[in-house]
Amino acid sequence: MGLKSKDLLGLENITKSEIELILETAKTMKDILKRPIKKVPTLRGKLVVNLFYEPSTRTSSSFGLAAKSLSADTMNLSVKSSSVTKGESLVDTAKTLKALGADAVVIRHGIPGAAKLLAQTIDMPVLNAGDGAHEHPTQALLDMYTIKEKRGKIEGQKVAIVGDIKHSRVARSNIWGLTKLGAEVRLIGPSTLIPVGIEQMGVKVYNDLEAGIEGVDVINLLRIQRERQDKGFFPTIREYTKRYGLRREHLKLAKDDVTVMHPGPINRGIEISSDLAYGKEAVIEEQVTNGVAIRMSLLYLLLGGSRNE
Amino acid sequence: MSKLLLKGGKIIDPIQGSKAKAGEILIVDGKIAKLGENLAAEDAQVIDIEGKVVSPGLIDIHVHLREPGFEHKETIETGTKSAAKGGFTSVACMPNTDPVIDNQTLVEGLLSIAKRDGVVNVYPIGAITKGSQGKELAEIANMKEAGIVAISDDGHPVMNAEMMRLALDYSKDFDLTIVSHCEDKNLAGDGVVNQGYYSTITGLNPISSSSESVMVGREILLAEEAGAKVHIAHISTKESVDLVRQAKKRGVKVTCEVTPHHFTLTDELITSFDTNTKMNPPLRSAEDVAAIKEGLKDGTIDVIATDHAPHAEEEKDVEYNYAPFGIVGLETAVGLVITELVESGILTLEEAIAKLTINPAQVIGIDKGTLEVGKDADITIIDVDDKWEVKTEELVSKSKNTPFGGYELQGRAVMTIVGGKIVYSSDE
Repeated sequence: MGLKSKDLLGLENITKSEIELILETAKTMKDILKRPIKKVPTLRGKLVVNLFYEPSTRTSSSFGLAAKSLSADTMNLSVKSSSVTKGESLVDTAKTLKALGADAVVIRHGIPGAAKLLAQTIDMPVLNAGDGAHEHPTQALLDMYTIKEKRGKIEGQKVAIVGDIKHSRVARSNIWGLTKLGAEVRLIGPSTLIPVGIEQMGVKVYNDLEAGIEGVDVINLLRIQRERQDKGFFPTIREYTKRYGLRREHLKLAKDDVTVMHPGPINRGIEISSDLAYGKEAVIEEQVTNGVAIRMSLLYLLLGGSRNE
Repeated sequence: MSKLLLKGGKIIDPIQGSKAKAGEILIVDGKIAKLGENLAAEDAQVIDIEGKVVSPGLIDIHVHLREPGFEHKETIETGTKSAAKGGFTSVACMPNTDPVIDNQTLVEGLLSIAKRDGVVNVYPIGAITKGSQGKELAEIANMKEAGIVAISDDGHPVMNAEMMRLALDYSKDFDLTIVSHCEDKNLAGDGVVNQGYYSTITGLNPISSSSESVMVGREILLAEEAGAKVHIAHISTKESVDLVRQAKKRGVKVTCEVTPHHFTLTDELITSFDTNTKMNPPLRSAEDVAAIKEGLKDGTIDVIATDHAPHAEEEKDVEYNYAPFGIVGLETAVGLVITELVESGILTLEEAIAKLTINPAQVIGIDKGTLEVGKDADITIIDVDDKWEVKTEELVSKSKNTPFGGYELQGRAVMTIVGGKIVYSSDE
């Protein structure tokens, strides 16, 4: 079996068994990454294009490394684009990529739905590396992989996601994925950063950090961006940190063996205290490694593996 | 002397209070000469419209014809052809062209193009403020003399309440209606879709209901204080409908309109990320749509208007945030009204026709919207049973931006007559 769609656009529209397949395949990929020669010839001769409309070092290099580990060729295209300085349209760029002989495109874009627009335009696999506040499925998958690796299973785990839920594609993809696999998801943040109607996704919302993390297995902290303060979502970073910054003293409220996660890049001393970021509970660096494995898994399944037609 | 005799239709003219009745209409020299049964044909051209509904010519008081300035989207010629095919004999066009229609010369220019190229009656709406900048009043009296029927800064709501108060106070001297696009720009922010579950899961920036209703409330209070007339454009939320309902009970001179897409579609559609689901106001929740239908039924909502907003293919074939707001509406309006409102029992056919004829005529103060003897022979013949599929390639508007492609609708205009002249016939 394989994935039903030619693309990975998000976790809303894929099934539990597809997610399990991706996680299972990632395990094999992680084994490859542990070998002295971290490379297999699976995707030799394939061209994977990284099409990035937003600056990204982490996701872009993770995808690049994943492609290289499978022996695919890679090409990075960074496009500076805004509604003001419009260059070539996404649809036209997509057609160019096809003409250049790309076999798959990884896209990062600031606007929700951009990955879908690309996927509708070209017949090759499109992997969504983040589209606005919509979805960031590979980040959620690597988070889920990490939870499974650390805690043995996802079902029944209590996972708290803390911070700017409103603008977070990571949160949305995590909610879709985790709830599909039977985890209990809690969201914690000020009301100004909790989007309307999110309870309908099957989550519980808390405005109080201490109440929200009580008894949880996993705490996933989102990066807080200073520009949100400028727009008035909270008065100051200082006040935000006081209410939602995770510190060691909070951990006693959670499970004894709580796992602390962060998609990075972290703001030490803001959403997470320094000692926690480097503490034994934190798995932030493992998340990075697992990210490569997850992206290898997806490239393999979409480009190399057999897809269910 | 040109004569036309329409035979065998069912006449529905809300202002004459008539229920649908069989009858004939004799048109002489562009005017309605006689209504009745078994009229003598004499030397008239006879058109048999057996079984079809004969309505006063439909009037759409909210269209964007895009000329001058955006002729790649629509022109007065293509827009009025689209109107004719949709059954509309008169349209009122919004001033947000380039340049903005904010002075007498521009109104006259627009009317001369309309006279040359238009196939239906075109009534210009002038800007409230110069350049629709919201800073100083446009020369409203001069524009009125040149032929405007209302004023509006559509698309660029007057954010300064004092400016709106002045505009209401000033315009009442000429009995001119202000058409208000109610949107608080600060509350709407950079939003593109309705705020709710679907904006949350798509991650698209939300536009709250309050961004509309706050302004509806403001306009009502200002109009009430000034004793002026205000017409709320494209109402879309349940709170707005309720505010208008309460205001009407107090006797405020407020009227309002709704678009076919706002009584048909909900914001669930945005999950497709199809940019033809992007319009302003945005598609709202199912609850709002239910309140809109209730408002149509109880008479709170007076008018159905399309907000026909053509955009070129390349403008819509982009990322959601980059696409302009708006969809075309003239050619799908009748089908949507009959399918969504009449067939489902929300409105009788007569009530629906009133909201497309006499009511909009009264809002903008034009002597149209009825089939009384002596009036201009603006007539729309509607086949209320015809089932058809919306095919975007068949739209005669220059732009094809509609979310209704592939929809099965019931009812459409089969003939449109303006001033006694057949400007559209489905047989051709």
